[in-house]
Amino acid sequence: MNFDLTEEQELLQDTVRQFASNICTPKRRRAIFDGPDGHDTELWRGLLELGLGAIAVPDEFGGAGLELLDLALAAEVLGAGAVPGPFLGHSLAGLALLYAGSDAQKKTWLPKLASGKTLGTVAFAEGEGRWQPEDWTLAGGATITGSKAHVPFGAHADLFVVGTRGGGLALCERGARGLAVEPLPGIDRTRRIAELRLADTPCELLPAGPAAAARVRDAALVLLAADAFGGSAQLLDLSVEYAKTRQQFGVTIGSFQGLKHQLATMAVEVEPARGLYWYAAHAFDHVAAESERSAALAKAHLTQVYMQIARDAVEAHGGIGFTWECDVQIYFKRAMFDRAFLGTPGAHRERAAALAGW
Amino acid sequence: MDLSYSAEYEAFRVEVAKFLAASWPLQGKEAELAGDQKAARFRGRAIAAGYLARSVPKRYGGSEQASDVLKAQIIREEFFRARAPGDLAGIGPSMLVPTLLEKGAEWQKEKFIGPTIRGEIVWCQGYSEPGSGSDLASLQTRAEIVAGEWVINGQKIWTSGAHVADYMFCLCRTEREAPKHAGISYLLLSMKQPGIEVRPLRQMTGAADFNEVFFSDARTPADWIVGKRGEGWIVSRTTLKHERNMIGDAANTVVMFEGLVALARRTLRDGRPAIDDPGIRQRLVQVEGYVRSHQYSGYRQLTKAVKAQDPGRIGLMNKLVSTNLGQEMAKLALDLVGDDGMLEPSERRLGAPRENGQWIGQFMWSLGSAVAGGTANIQRNVIGERGLGLPRDAAAQRS
Repeated sequence: MNFDLTEEQELLQDTVRQFASNICTPKRRRAIFDGPDGHDTELWRGLLELGLGAIAVPDEFGGAGLELLDLALAAEVLGAGAVPGPFLGHSLAGLALLYAGSDAQKKTWLPKLASGKTLGTVAFAEGEGRWQPEDWTLAGGATITGSKAHVPFGAHADLFVVGTRGGGLALCERGARGLAVEPLPGIDRTRRIAELRLADTPCELLPAGPAAAARVRDAALVLLAADAFGGSAQLLDLSVEYAKTRQQFGVTIGSFQGLKHQLATMAVEVEPARGLYWYAAHAFDHVAAESERSAALAKAHLTQVYMQIARDAVEAHGGIGFTWECDVQIYFKRAMFDRAFLGTPGAHRERAAALAGW
Repeated sequence: MDLSYSAEYEAFRVEVAKFLAASWPLQGKEAELAGDQKAARFRGRAIAAGYLARSVPKRYGGSEQASDVLKAQIIREEFFRARAPGDLAGIGPSMLVPTLLEKGAEWQKEKFIGPTIRGEIVWCQGYSEPGSGSDLASLQTRAEIVAGEWVINGQKIWTSGAHVADYMFCLCRTEREAPKHAGISYLLLSMKQPGIEVRPLRQMTGAADFNEVFFSDARTPADWIVGKRGEGWIVSRTTLKHERNMIGDAANTVVMFEGLVALARRTLRDGRPAIDDPGIRQRLVQVEGYVRSHQYSGYRQLTKAVKAQDPGRIGLMNKLVSTNLGQEMAKLALDLVGDDGMLEPSERRLGAPRENGQWIGQFMWSLGSAVAGGTANIQRNVIGERGLGLPRDAAAQRS
C-alpha cells in the first residue's frame, strides 16, 4: 500500500519548480502574458532541456519512458507557476502518436517531439461543446476539410493532431496545402489558442486512431486536473501570504475570523483533492477499468474547484485582486481555460454518471 | 504508487481471515448467548490473538503489538468484512485509555484499563459546561480537597452516555488563583453516587443520547487524579502515537455515498428512477468528487503514517471534510426522499422503505456531528491558525 510519490517523482517536481521560479519570474510571465505573441521560445527551450517534452515518450524514441502520473506531476508544477507555454498540446500530440501511430510515424515524429524540434498540438474542438471523439465530424482521408476551434498554440505549432469522424486521428503539417491558422482572442494569455482551417489539406491518418482517441482525451483530462490542482494550491498560498502581510485597523488582516474562515474553507477545498488527479493518473496506467471515469471525475472536480478558488482569491486580495496588475488574474484565466478545454465540469459529470451505469 | 499490499501483509490478511472464519460468529452453545456477551467473548479471543487492543500492554489486558498502521488497517478491513466486533468504540477506550497509558498512575492503569477495553465499565466525559463550549478552558466546575477527598460542585453539559456510564473523567477547576489553563485538574469519579444528578437532553432528532450532569458535593478519592493538580488541561490534550484510523472515516463516507446512489436508483420522479434526472446525476457526481478526494486523501495519509512522515495540514482538515460531506449527502438524500421528508425519522413508517427514515435521521444527525467535538467554525480557526499559520484573533489572544 503506497499512495505517495517516489523520490524520483518528488525530484522531478522540485526540478521543474526550481526552473519555474528561477527562469519564469513573475516579471517574465507578465511580459509574455501582456505580449502579442504569447510564446517565449527561450523559456520553452529551457523546459524542453529539462526533459518536459520527453517524459512519457518511450526510451527507444529518445524519451524517458515514464507514465502519465509523471507527466501530470510536471503539469501540476507548471500550473502552480502559471508557466506560459505549449506543454499541454505538445504533450498530447506526443501521446496521440504513441498510442495511435504506426511504427513509421512514431519513428518519424516521437524523437522530434521529445526533443522539441517539432512543436506539436491537438485540434479537437468543433464548437458548441463538441470536444469528445464521438462528436468529431471532419472526414479524415487522404485529405481533410473543415475547421477546428481552440487549438492550443495553433499559431506556433508545426504538427497538428486533428480529430476526425468516428474518433479518428490525423496528422497535418504546418505549410501543407489549404492549412490556415487564425489566432483567437483566448482569455488565458499564457496558453494562446487559434482556429485551424483545413481546405483539402493532405493528411496522414494514425492507424489506431479510433481505439486511442479516447485515451488521448483521458490523458488530457488528467493533465488539466493536475494543472488545476497546482494553480489552486498556489492561489491559496498567495491569498494566505497576502492575509499575513496586509495590515488594517493596526493588525494583519489574517487575524480576522471572517477572512481566516474564507481561507480555511479554500484550504479544505484544495488540499484533499490532490489525490483525485494522482489516482486518475495512476488508474490511466494501472487500473484500466477505472481509467476513463476517474479522469472525467478528476477534471470535473478539480477544474471547478480551481475556478471557485480563483474567485475566492480575488476577494481575499481585496481591491488589488481585481486589477490587471495583480497576478491572481493570470491564474483566474488559466482556471477558465482548464474549466472549458475539452468540456465543462457538467459535461464530464454527465459522462461520469453514464460510465458508472447510472 | 501501488495500492496493493505486499506479500507479507497479504499473508497477514489471510491469517486474520482464517482466525475470523474460525471465531466469528460464535458457534454451538455460545451462539445462544446475549449479543453483548457474544461480543465480549469474541473480543477476549481477538485480544489473545493480537488483533484488538494492540496499543495496550498485556499487563493491562491488551495484546501489546508493535505499532503497524497497515496491519491495523487490514484488521479493520477484515473485521468489517466478517461483521465481527472490533475494538470497542466509545469515549472510554478511545479517549481515557490512551490518556491513562500516557499520564496515568500505575494503579489507575491496572484498575481501569482492562475493564474499559473489555466493556465491563463504561465512561462518560465531563468537559463542556453551559458557559464553556468552544472556550473550554473557562470551565467553572470546582473541585476541592475536603477531609482527604475531592468534593465537586458545578455542572457539565452535552455529556454523552452519562445516563449509562459507571464513571466519568472530568475537568474541574482546582486552583482558584492560577491562570485559566493552569487551574484545571483531570479527575476520575464514580457516577453512581448521591452527589450526581443526570438529566437527559432531548435532541432535535427526538432521541436523548446526551445529558446535563449536576454535581452537588459529589465525591472522589484524593488520588483519583490523572497527572498533577493544575495539569488537567495538558493531560486532556494528550495526543498519542497509537494506530490512528486514517481511512476508516473515509471508508464510512464511501459506504454512505453508495447508499445515496442506491436511494437515487429506487426513488421515482415522474415515474422514472431519480437517477435518470440530469440534475440529480450532476449532484451525485459532484458529491462523489468530494467522496473520492477524501478517500484518496486517506490513502495518502495512511502511506505517510507507514513511512512515519508528517502528512502536513491535511490532518487538521479531516473532521471538517468528513462532516461537510455528511451534510451534503444528507441534503441530497432529503431531496430524493421527497414527500417522506415530512415524516419523523422513525422506522414505523407506513409503506415507506426503512432507509428513507434513516436518511431523515442523517439530515439532522449530520448537524450534530458538525457541532460535536469542536464546531465547524472552531475547525476553521484551527486550520487557519495551525494549518495556514495565520495569526490568532485579538480577542482570543487576550484570554
